[in-house]
Amino acid sequence: MSFLKRNRFVSRIGRSSNIRAGLWLKCHGCKQVVYHKDVQENQMVCTLCGYHYKIKASQRIDYIVDPGSFQETHANLRAANPLGFEIAELDYSYNAKIEEGRRKSGLNEAIITGFATLENIRTVIGAMEFRFCGASMGSVVGEKFCRAADDAVRERIPLVMICSSGGARMQEGILALMQMAKTADAVHAMNDAGVPYIPILVDPTSGGVYASFAGLGDITIAEPGAYIGFAGKRLIEGALKVKLPDDFQTAEYQYQNGFVDIISPRTELRPLLGRLLRYLSPQERLAAAEA
Amino acid sequence: MAEPKKRRAGADQALPFEKTLVEIEERLSKAQTDEERSAIAAELDKERRKVFESLTPWQRVQLARHPQRPRMLDFTTRILEDFVELHGDRALADDPAMVTGIGRFQGQTVCVVGQQKGTTTDEKLQRNFGMAGPEGYRKALRIFDMAERFGLPLLTFVDTPAAHPGVEAEQHGQGPAIARNLWALTRLRTPVFCAILSEGGSGGALGIAVGDWIAMLEHAIYVICPPERCAEILWRDAERKEIAASAMKVTAYDLKALGVIDSVVGEPPGGAHKDHAGAASILGEEVERFLAGCREGRWKPELRREKYRKMGAWIEDDAETARQAQA
Ligand SMILES: [Zn+2]
Repeated sequence: MSFLKRNRFVSRIGRSSNIRAGLWLKCHGCKQVVYHKDVQENQMVCTLCGYHYKIKASQRIDYIVDPGSFQETHANLRAANPLGFEIAELDYSYNAKIEEGRRKSGLNEAIITGFATLENIRTVIGAMEFRFCGASMGSVVGEKFCRAADDAVRERIPLVMICSSGGARMQEGILALMQMAKTADAVHAMNDAGVPYIPILVDPTSGGVYASFAGLGDITIAEPGAYIGFAGKRLIEGALKVKLPDDFQTAEYQYQNGFVDIISPRTELRPLLGRLLRYLSPQERLAAAEA
Repeated sequence: MAEPKKRRAGADQALPFEKTLVEIEERLSKAQTDEERSAIAAELDKERRKVFESLTPWQRVQLARHPQRPRMLDFTTRILEDFVELHGDRALADDPAMVTGIGRFQGQTVCVVGQQKGTTTDEKLQRNFGMAGPEGYRKALRIFDMAERFGLPLLTFVDTPAAHPGVEAEQHGQGPAIARNLWALTRLRTPVFCAILSEGGSGGALGIAVGDWIAMLEHAIYVICPPERCAEILWRDAERKEIAASAMKVTAYDLKALGVIDSVVGEPPGGAHKDHAGAASILGEEVERFLAGCREGRWKPELRREKYRKMGAWIEDDAETARQAQA
């Protein structure tokens, strides 16, 4: 039943994904040539090998929520370049990087937040946008996460956050580091309020984001094959002078180590979240108790 | 624990910009008459002021990493009485990079957590250069909980280049372990004092550095990542570390201006590595002020949370501007 519903659901932006809209596609996973439209209709998951393509944050949200239900919040926040990270002698400009991120993603920052319904359950939902500065966490990402958590606590509804990040936003220096403390506290506030918080870790979830809000879920879900780790693989290889296996710091590896509850293909996220939110969201629990 | 051996700053370990100072110090030690001594002392004082007033951010990074800089235990053995070290994370192991325990400061019982980098080569290796793994962060969490349970102030001492980047650290959940500590510290229902002693490296430092009052030694640094790594990532050239160090704003004064720390703790002339006892005594006064604040009921978890919530800087367009920007 939910399988049928899922397939009928067509993304309104799926067609403008970052994969060139050619007729055929050489899969990054299996290296086979696949029909682009088939992959697109399968939420950008390879129909042959199950490889999960990196997709836009807005697309991720569309695949999960009830069609047309998403209302964006806090879109008026944008990066301020608090350290004035502009280096003339190297021709390097953080302001230019922000501009580039905005141009590439069409977004003000590396995270989208909003309200939506998911199988008719009202929820706060967010997603991180990798094309905006590698979805690194600076002040805006931190603040928007906290505001989304505030919204969830105030309305007593769940927060689902699709996490993806290269780590902390270096150009905001120590202020980016402080976002880890701030977002961890926002998760604590949700925990105290009994509001469920479900991070979905997609490729890649690393560094400061993994060591803060992405690492603190009530239930932690991951997409197959996603890179999930704190210290970068190459950093560890450099420090220890070793070559690490391909499956090091994958979703499957973190599942085996006990840090992921469920590895779910993208195409099955919606019914899975629906089931979990029906168990955990305050309204649903109340309704269940009254029935 | 035995009083650490007094180490003399030899010319071999002096930083490039310290060379002239070391040379004057050597002359001072060989001075024959009082008259000669006071003249050289005045010269040293003048030269030192000249050097230290014009330190570049990169030179401060070098000072923060000075091999003779006092380590956590150099401070705690001097400012605490009757320290009892506690071991183990109650799950897997005892991490020697993270030292935890209970002790007294001027009669007040306190819980203590900090990274110990080590002084001798053997100790550095044994303590993994102060780079803790998840076991270390979970051991720290145990002591956070204990401080809350018994209503004891918590003092943390930060001295780490980073959380340990390693295979086992990843297997055992380095990321989630640090996250859990941040989660606990922002709302811990007991006062928390943190001192950044020398190098505060990224999440590894922050994992024990969220508190009501963050004090930072004058020549310490606190960074999102080492300047070398920043330069490597942004410009594929670690040698541009000096530029990165300036741009990243890593010094105690920078961080005070950004509202990330609450106080800059002075160091003895020439830096803490010249006088461990002097540095400990100045930090001790800072701890004393913090504990006086505890008695006055000055530190509240709500205020701590508000302080962190405000951290960062962003532009908030009004709805109209935002609409226009999107159009
Ligand atoms: Zn494939």
